Amino acid sequence: MYCAIVDHPIDVTAIVERVSRPANGATVLFLGNVREVNEGRSVSGIEYTGYRSMAERELASIVEEAAALGDTNDVAVEHRLGELCVGECSVAIAVGHPHRGRAFETARYVIEELKRRVPIWKREHYIDGTREWVSATTQPSEQLADIGDER
Amino acid sequence: MTVTVLLFASYAEAVGRSSISIEMETGATVRDVIDEVRRIGNSTRLPPAPMVAVNEQYASRDRELRQGDEVALIPPVAGG
Repeated sequence: MYCAIVDHPIDVTAIVERVSRPANGATVLFLGNVREVNEGRSVSGIEYTGYRSMAERELASIVEEAAALGDTNDVAVEHRLGELCVGECSVAIAVGHPHRGRAFETARYVIEELKRRVPIWKREHYIDGTREWVSATTQPSEQLADIGDER
Repeated sequence: MTVTVLLFASYAEAVGRSSISIEMETGATVRDVIDEVRRIGNSTRLPPAPMVAVNEQYASRDRELRQGDEVALIPPVAGG
């Protein structure tokens, strides 16, 4: 298992190599990239910031949960912070497993939980020179507070 | 007791600071800290019930605080 918050471009090949083993008949790689249009506005780039120490901790928890769920230790995740251009990779998730079903499920779990729980924010920069913090589409705040109480 | 409040992204912009050290009475809860920050920041852009983490773990607003706790007000997260 591996996870990191990084300030440099993500080396996708290196992430895949971390989960590659002869036992794994399947490797799933998910990449999140900066999209050129969001809600009808032309985007020139995205600035990512985070509560770094907590983001690292939360990401590590998610990777452990995913590994238990998928019954594999071959889970690797990197999330990048800083200023990214359109097309650049902000997050890479690789999962290796003997079979594809579990590999897909495990990768899906990581990205969905990451988007729900990891304290990272993005400010979109638009072609017209304006910039705005992006709001999450869903925010189950009470649910997260409950998670906090259970820990 | 002293608690440190961390503000991020849109909340840091709303209040104009990324960190505030505040004095609270013993027994104060996360909710009391939020109210105090909204008063200090004089900011209606800070919601009355934001998500919160205490010492890097999500916590409820009823959580009672201790000396030295680090309280982070977490805007809607948007990673990925």
